[in-house]
Order: sequence, then structure tokens, then C-alpha cells
Amino acid sequence: MSLHADFIVKENVLLVRLEGELDHHEASRLREAWQQELANNNVGHVIVNLEKLTFMDSSGLGVMLGRYKEVQASGSEMVICSISPEVRRLFDLSGMFKIVKLVDNETFALEMLGVAS
Amino acid sequence: MRNEMTIEFLSISENESLARVAVASFISQINPTMEELTDIKTVVSEAVTNAIIHGYEDNPDQKVRLSCAINGEEIEITIQDEGRGIDNVDMAREPLYTSKPEWERSGMGFTIMENFMDHVEITSEPGEGTTVHMKKQLTSTRALCN
Repeated sequence: MSLHADFIVKENVLLVRLEGELDHHEASRLREAWQQELANNNVGHVIVNLEKLTFMDSSGLGVMLGRYKEVQASGSEMVICSISPEVRRLFDLSGMFKIVKLVDNETFALEMLGVAS
Repeated sequence: MRNEMTIEFLSISENESLARVAVASFISQINPTMEELTDIKTVVSEAVTNAIIHGYEDNPDQKVRLSCAINGEEIEITIQDEGRGIDNVDMAREPLYTSKPEWERSGMGFTIMENFMDHVEITSEPGEGTTVHMKKQLTSTRALCN
């Protein structure tokens, strides 16, 4: 199963919904699309919704960390939401949630970043 | 039960998912839990990715060899390349260490393998290639031993 990424702009937030499997093969394509979306839209914050991500390995961690650094460098925030227990184990191992915020769902994430629903 | 399989494929990234699916369906005959299945798929993905990007440095014409054996409820996986090898295996095993930070590598590959498997052995010779040998005992057997 391959990866499908949806990018939605809500006010000043880029919402990234990932579906499928994120490995090294999919990572470079995702990175390019994601960077393009950040460059084309006047957005600051990023929400990554992992509800439908069924598999991820360390290549996916690399992409997340790369985008986090870019978003943070521009003074904005990145929030991850709706993570499955399987994918969460990987994030926990890497200590990613010491730096990136994790919330239960997209609504909470949007509220947190001040987007009216 | 005892069973074994070996597959060999070209060092292209499309084959990372092939490797995961092949091992997952092979070990499904001993009924692993969902968590065990995810662990195994993740470590296979890590080792095959390493072979492709580090071992063969993205050269698509090389071969990666993957073997999987079932011994009772123990799973044994070997992933082998004949690429450039690892200069310093101890350093490569360090969490967050990567030789390719410019490629957005997280440096977590070996750490994940060590955490998700019971045993990880890496043998590597610069210029000759790398072999990663991993073992995991499924939980139902552990429960019986206790």
C-alpha cells in the first residue's frame, strides 16, 4: 500500500492528512509535496493528522523532524494528532514528543492553534 | 514447526514494501499478534532501507537478500547486501547517529531494530557488505516458558 497525502489550508494553518504507509520510498515524495505546500500557501502552523497512517518507519521520523525544524525556524508550531498506538511507539522511541506537541484529534489541534471551527 | 524462505530483489526503494509484505505473510502462519507483526514489518523496513541507501548508496542495480526462518515460535530474519559496508558498527548503532543527515535520516534505524527484536547482530566489512541478523521470540512461547 502506498502513501496518500492531503493538504488543506485553514486560515494560517496547513493541515496534512496522511493515509497508508510512510517508508523511505514514500518519504522523499512526501517531503517535496509538503515543502511545496508550505512555500505556496501563506501558512505558519502545521497540523499532521496520522489517523489513517497504517505504517511508518524511521524514514517517516526523518520527514517529520525535518518539517518540524522548518516550521520552528519560521517561529510557528507543529502539532501531531490522531496517532495510532503502533506509530506512536516509534515516536516515543525517538523522543519526538519531547519537542512536537501531540493531541487527540484534529479539532483539538485546530483549537489549540486558534483556528475557529 | 520449522519453515524457511529466501528472496532476492533489486536495490530499489519500491522493494521496501515488498520485503515487509513478504515477511509479514510468511510469519502469519504462526499467528503473531498485531504488535509483533508491526514490529517485524518495521525492522525489515529499516534493514532493507539501510541496504539500499547506505550499503548500495542508491545504486539500483544491486541485490538485497532477505531470509526468514521460523523455528517453533522464534522468528529469525537475515538481511544481506554486498555494498560498501559500515566503517564503524558501534557508531552506526548509536541512537540518532546518521552518516547522511543531509538526506533527513533520523538515525533511529538500528535503535528501532534493537528495541523491537530480542537479538540484533550486525556483521560488516568495508567494501564487502553488511549482514543484519535478528531474532524474536513470539509472546505465546514466552508465556509457556514462565
